[in-house]
Amino acid sequence: MKNISIEELKEKAIEMRRTALTMIHEAQSGHPGGSLSAADIMTALYFKEMNIDPNNPTWEDRDRFVLSKGHVCPIQYSALALRGYVPYETIYTLRKYGSPFQGHPDMKKCPGIDISTGSLGQGLSCGVGMAIGGKRDSKDYRVFALIGDGECQEGQIWEAAQTAVKYQLDNLVIFVDNNRLQIDGFCDEIMPLQDIEKKFDAFGFETKKIDGHSMEEIVETLDEIRVAKNGKPKCIVCETVKGKGVSFMEDVVEWHGVAPNDEEYKKALEEITGGLQ
Amino acid sequence: MSMMEKTLTIKKATREAFGDEIVELGKKNKNIYVIDVDIAKSCKTVNFIKQLPDQHINVGIAEQNAAGLAAGLATTGKIPFVSTYAVFGSLRMAEQVRQEICYPNLNVKIACSHGGLTPANDGGSHQAVEDMGVLRSFPNMTVIMGADYYSTRKLVEQAAKIYGPVYLRFTRDKVPVLYDENEEFIIGKAKKIKEGKDIAIIANGDTVHLALETAKQLKKEGISVKLLDMHTIKPLDREAVVDCLKIGKIITIEDHNILNGLGSAVCEVVAEEGKGIVRRIGVQDQFGQSAPYEKLLELNGITIENILKTAKEMLK
Repeated sequence: MKNISIEELKEKAIEMRRTALTMIHEAQSGHPGGSLSAADIMTALYFKEMNIDPNNPTWEDRDRFVLSKGHVCPIQYSALALRGYVPYETIYTLRKYGSPFQGHPDMKKCPGIDISTGSLGQGLSCGVGMAIGGKRDSKDYRVFALIGDGECQEGQIWEAAQTAVKYQLDNLVIFVDNNRLQIDGFCDEIMPLQDIEKKFDAFGFETKKIDGHSMEEIVETLDEIRVAKNGKPKCIVCETVKGKGVSFMEDVVEWHGVAPNDEEYKKALEEITGGLQ
Repeated sequence: MSMMEKTLTIKKATREAFGDEIVELGKKNKNIYVIDVDIAKSCKTVNFIKQLPDQHINVGIAEQNAAGLAAGLATTGKIPFVSTYAVFGSLRMAEQVRQEICYPNLNVKIACSHGGLTPANDGGSHQAVEDMGVLRSFPNMTVIMGADYYSTRKLVEQAAKIYGPVYLRFTRDKVPVLYDENEEFIIGKAKKIKEGKDIAIIANGDTVHLALETAKQLKKEGISVKLLDMHTIKPLDREAVVDCLKIGKIITIEDHNILNGLGSAVCEVVAEEGKGIVRRIGVQDQFGQSAPYEKLLELNGITIENILKTAKEMLK
């Protein structure tokens, strides 16, 4: 864990959003909506909470991060570029030939990616495997997994969840980016998920629901979790807004996987620079 | 006594070979893990559980999760063997194997009992006749089926030693023991059982003993057979196939769909070389059903009689 103030983290979140949108704009391809809804959680993890070393990405005692909703990798790539895993200019190579920044996270091509993802519903199982490995090796590292609410429609998420409880993985922390939207529309219309927090609670997780855009709440929750070594895996359901920080993208289904044009990009950056209101 | 003179009376299922070898491997290497999906008894991992509980995980009836968990575990330096039935290991978790194991090239082994028609009584739902074809189309994957108990033990041992994804297929039912305990096997190198000049037979898994028996009978009729046990179908021992082209006539035999398995792999080489002819004996692109194992083989022409007939036709 690093010493950094809430105000500084909020500044970092602005840089994260700006970087993610810049890379998607440059590539003219990618997923802005979910990248922006996850931006604040990712900022807190990468700039404060996670015990990682950009100079030694495969350090065996590092905390692991699993981006199960792999399509929002621009926000993870932003963190990796800003933390110095790769030169910052790498952001201009997103989705281009030879880039470490593939369309979905590729652990063989990009330092700092702990597992390749991109097919929804699968990442959490990998996180469970990492957490079991840590326990069996008596290591102190933790595993953080970011999953989407839409992704929870996949049965494998719940297979992984029951395994995390069986093996008492209190070194596993799941964040649900509960932005209520998926490609075809609102989750409630496509396939209602009901109360995700209650579901994880019923599976045996320690759960909490927070505002996923309040840096204060995110940091406070991470502080609480850090001390709770009680044999229970944790699940933090983050109430978020898809496209958060760019007014014309917020809650608009169409911004799931479309890049902004020059004019939209310019307008978006202006809004982002002011920070979240 | 050479294998050709041996009477193949001792029979053992190759799933037993996995069960026995994995315990030895696990004792020697604490990073060897077994991931079960509630079928430890029939996959023969019960001894592993008893002796090495700290290296064992059982995720219940959740194969897709097992594959992903194995991938995560492999990133921490473990060598997980996911143990299940061939039909689930190749199909139920196919995309997880592709995405989380083969794509990042992680050191996970998929060890599957009930290969081919060998879960005979269970019926078509449980008989994996397309598994090796599916898995050989994934980049980074190695695909293996041993012919008997001893070769399977050696191949499991080798699989643990090489880095990367490996699919191992075992028989549910008993098959004759062909090799001596000390025979060596190398992944990707065909085992030459017999040198011959009239016709080449390339078989794998539970059909190798049929090929061997056929070769004996042809010998009595003055026909000399070159016989290969192609235990690894990917990477295929191309050199060994090319060597068969000196004879020019090849029969492939497999307990697998004639599409995409050993026969197809051999045909690819033969076509690329532009010489020689191949006849494929195997499952005739149809599902199985509940019946005695021998009956199912017969329904697909995987019999000594049909191999003899095919050989003679080719030699006309």
